[in-house]
Formats: sequence, C-alpha cells, structure tokens
Amino acid sequence: MVNTMIRALQNRAIERKEARNRSRRSPIRPSKGDKVFYAINGIFLLILAVIVIYPMWFIIVASFSDPDAVLNGKVWAWPVGFTISGYTNLLKEKAIWTGYRNTIIYVTLGTLWNLFLTIPAGWALSRKDLPFRKVIMWIMIVTMFFGGGLIPYYLLVSTLGLVNSPLSQILLGGVSVYNLFMVKSYYTTNIPQETIEAAEVDGCGEFRTFFSIVLPLSKPIIAVMILFYAVGRWNNYFDALIFLSSEEYFPLQLVLHNILMAAEEASTSASGSDTILEATKTANQIRYSSIIVSSLPIIIAYPFIQKYFNQGFLVGSFK
Amino acid sequence: MWPLYVFILPTLLYVILFCYAPMYGIVIAFQDFTPADDIISGTASWAGMANFERFFSLYNFWDLFSNTFLLCLFGFLIGFPLPIIVALSLNAMRGKKASKILQTIFYAPHFISLVVLVGMLYLLFGQMGLVNNIGNALGLGRYSFFLEAKAFRPLFIFSGNWQDFGWSAIIYLAALAGVDPQLHEAAEVDGASRVRRIFAVDLPAIMPTISVMLILSIGSLMSVGYEKALLMQTDANLQYSEIISTYVYKMGLKGGDYGFATAVGLFNSAINLVLLLIANTLSKKFSENSLW
Repeated sequence: MVNTMIRALQNRAIERKEARNRSRRSPIRPSKGDKVFYAINGIFLLILAVIVIYPMWFIIVASFSDPDAVLNGKVWAWPVGFTISGYTNLLKEKAIWTGYRNTIIYVTLGTLWNLFLTIPAGWALSRKDLPFRKVIMWIMIVTMFFGGGLIPYYLLVSTLGLVNSPLSQILLGGVSVYNLFMVKSYYTTNIPQETIEAAEVDGCGEFRTFFSIVLPLSKPIIAVMILFYAVGRWNNYFDALIFLSSEEYFPLQLVLHNILMAAEEASTSASGSDTILEATKTANQIRYSSIIVSSLPIIIAYPFIQKYFNQGFLVGSFK
Repeated sequence: MWPLYVFILPTLLYVILFCYAPMYGIVIAFQDFTPADDIISGTASWAGMANFERFFSLYNFWDLFSNTFLLCLFGFLIGFPLPIIVALSLNAMRGKKASKILQTIFYAPHFISLVVLVGMLYLLFGQMGLVNNIGNALGLGRYSFFLEAKAFRPLFIFSGNWQDFGWSAIIYLAALAGVDPQLHEAAEVDGASRVRRIFAVDLPAIMPTISVMLILSIGSLMSVGYEKALLMQTDANLQYSEIISTYVYKMGLKGGDYGFATAVGLFNSAINLVLLLIANTLSKKFSENSLW
C-alpha cells in the first residue's frame, strides 16, 4: 500500500511536466454543470480560507489597537486607535528576553542532536543489506503505538538526573520515529542502489559513501527535518512544564503561557469591578502582542519554508 | 555490512533508553510505588491488581472513560472526513496557482504552538474576547465559554480541526497527484462531469490511503494527550475536560501517586493497542490494506 503511495509521489513530477506540455486546461470546455461545481467549490475553499486566516488576523489587529476599542467590540478588521503600548509593555518584561534566549539555545542545540540521531540512522535503515533490518524496524515501529507512559518516563528522566536541568530540554525528544521513516523513504526513493554499488566497487568505505555521496544529496530532506524538529522544539511547552522548575531555564512558551493564562481566572470570575476590568484590558493587550512576538520567527520563516511542504517525501513509510 | 551499525547505533540506544526503559517502568503499576521508592533496586512492595481495582471502582471512572472516548469520537467524526473533502476539493480546482496559495494558507495553523492556540481561544472566546465583545456591543451579553462545561468539547474539537485539517490533507493531496491524468481525460471524453470524476476517479485512487488513515484513527480513539486539555481546563469545565491523560498527570506528577497513575495510563494505552490491532485485522480481512 505504502509502495503505491511512494510510486504515486514519484509520478508527480512527471505528471506535472506532462500537464505543462499539454494545453494549460483540458481541451474540452467545461459544461454548465461543471461551471456551477467549480464556482461552489471555489466559494467553499474561500470560506475555509477566511476561517483559517481571520483568527490570526484578528490577533495581529488587536495587538495594535486601543484596548478600549477592542473591549467594546469595535475592532474586527483593522486596528482602531493604533498603538504599540502592548509591545512596549511586553518587552519590559525580563522573562520574555530570557525565554527567548533559552528557546534559541534549546532549538539550535536540540535540532542538531535530532539531525545526528535521524539522518545517519535513516540512511542505515534504507539499506537493504543492513543486518537484522526488519528487527530494528520493528523495534522502532512498536514505539509509535505503545510506550511506558508519563510516570515511568518521568522517573527515567529523574534517574538520569535531568530534572530541572536545561540539558533535558535538548536531549529529550531526540528522535521522532515518524521523521526517521521519512528520511528512510527519502533515501530509498532518491539514492539509486547502483550509485552505492559503484562507490563500493571504487573502494569507497561506508563512511566515505555516506559523507561524500549521500550527504550532499540529502539537502532537501535535511531542510525538511530541520523545519519539523525546529518548529516542534520552538513550540514545545510540556517538557519544560514537567521537567523545569527554575525560572532562569524557562523557554519562551512557558513564559508565554504564564502571561496568557495568569490573569484569566481573575478576569473570568469577576468581570464586574472596574479595576479588574482595567487590569484585564492592559493584560489582554500584552497577551495579543505576546502571541505575535513569540510566533515571530515562524511567521517570518513561513514564506520561505512552505515550498517544502509539497514535496512527496512528507509521506512516511512503514515498510 | 556491519559498519552500517555505526550509523544506527546511537539512535537505537536512544530509543531503547527513552522508549523501552519506561516500558519496564510499567511494573510500578503493580506496586505501591511512592516518590521515595527506587525503581531499579525495587524497594516498592507489590500490590497485585490493587491499583487497577482502585481505578475501576473510582466514583468518576465512567466520567473519565466517556470524556476521553467522546472527545476522541467527536473529533474523529469531524476530523477524519474533513481533510479528505478538502483534498478532493483542492485537487478539483481549475486554477493550480490558486490551489497552491490556498494550501499554503491551510497549512499555516499547524505551526502554531498549543500555548498560542489556547491563548487565542481565550482571546477570541474568553469573557473579554472578540466574540463576547461583539456580542456585548450588540446587546447579547457575555457568555462564559470557559466556565460552561458544555462549551469545552466544541471548542476543543473545532480548534483542533482548525489547526490541523490542512496539514492532514497533505497525504491525500500527494496520493491525488499520482492519479494518471489520462484517466481524467478518458472520463471527460465519455462525458463525465467533474463531480462524477471525483467519485469515479479521484476517490478510488486515494482509497488505500484512506484505509490506512482510518486504521490509525480507530487505533487512537482513546488517545488524546493531556497537553491541550490541560491548557483548556478550568475548574468550571472539569465535568467534560477531565480525561484519563489529564487525570494521570494530576494524580502522578502533581499528587505523587506514581503506581496508581501508571496503572491508569497503562489501562488507557492497552485499550489503544487493542483498538489498533482490531482495526488492522478487520482491514486486512476486508481489503488488502493494513499497516503491516
């Protein structure tokens, strides 16, 4: 089954080229019924796009708006009473800066650790001549469907002395089996067996083969892996919640969580009093801007990384 | 070929240490294990099935069970067909450029962190959020989405789908891209409408993918992580928001009741495993599709 899928993906490039060679649209003019379908289909997708974009757009708009206007429901499409006070207030908080610094360290070192554990292993798994390949595959697959659970995991990390150590934020989450299989299927479909055999005939050892033939051909998959792991680490919150207790080690998401949720209970339980209302307004202002500030790297990188999403090897393989 | 092991050994050791060692830790589900005990030297006394019995006789056992199951079930009923519909719909668009742009938009929420997602929910649906501010301005008053237990499931499920429907569509889009264009041309010549071709050409082409995703979804009908539910929990919505995994988190990490929490977690993952095996066996029997 998965093989068909991979073949389908390979066909994609050929199909695209063929489609380009043929007339841009199908030679037959669409019938009336089809025109209706295309219109309805387009409207459906457009509505979906609005549903996806609007909440994000609103957060941006609200972060630049006067809190009073937001509270009175006047802000919905465009900033009202433009202000950046939310941002200036937010950036005064020291925790945001340490959070940013910590997250950058965790993401950088952690992603390197991920690549070290994923790329070479994916290469080895893609080799049909790896002894006990099937057994190793099963050892990996089982972990996708069964695990020890939260408490034994916590006890292990605690035994290793990683509780409240920043090292935990780098070492944990070292390899995602799903990503590993993605790398494996990339190599299976993109590096011809003959290339490896030719290298062997020429007297290339396994290391030479990997470093001078395989790695230079791996740029696309390494890019995708960096993307997946780095975003996952940037957004990771729970490993920090569970394992860290010193604020100096907190990553951005944990700091963000404290900003976002801290006053929520107060604001939901007692909305009547004026002082609380006032406090809520300022707090909400900071919340809107904190969402933008903490997502900034992803927002900036998104246009550059999105071209990788359509690549076929996003689809992993079990077999 | 043994030098190849240098490439995979670190990963293998990592997986054995961080995935298989905790599996050994499951023994504490059958022990009176407290934070003072040591798992390696085995200081805890054996408790047999006592932890499980305690869980089953819990006054809120069925609430935890049904909260977990229903949250997954409702999520599945919407979250499973939606990406398929979206993929078929995107694939049927005439303008390929527009389709690419829409895909880029649909993938975007996938990269938002859970903390930000739940933060957005508070800012949109909270007491002072957009929906309430507009409602209040229109004279409808304010509705406490986070204090009404009833609102928990819709918020949880719709936000989850909002975040991931586009990303989940990728796998179907990839399968659809492999459909031989000649099939479409032949069908067109035969006078099949675009709608007809969705059902006669596109859908059969992605059927194997749908089967595999269905097996995986059924296998996870009792698995919902504690992460998002924990972020969305308030004292007022516990009636629906307390699920098995959040309960494990609270009893174990917060309460220090390690043996008991492990037993509860084990119960949940055992159900998942059984569901997955049943789904896979059935699929193998009635179609040629299976995970292994």
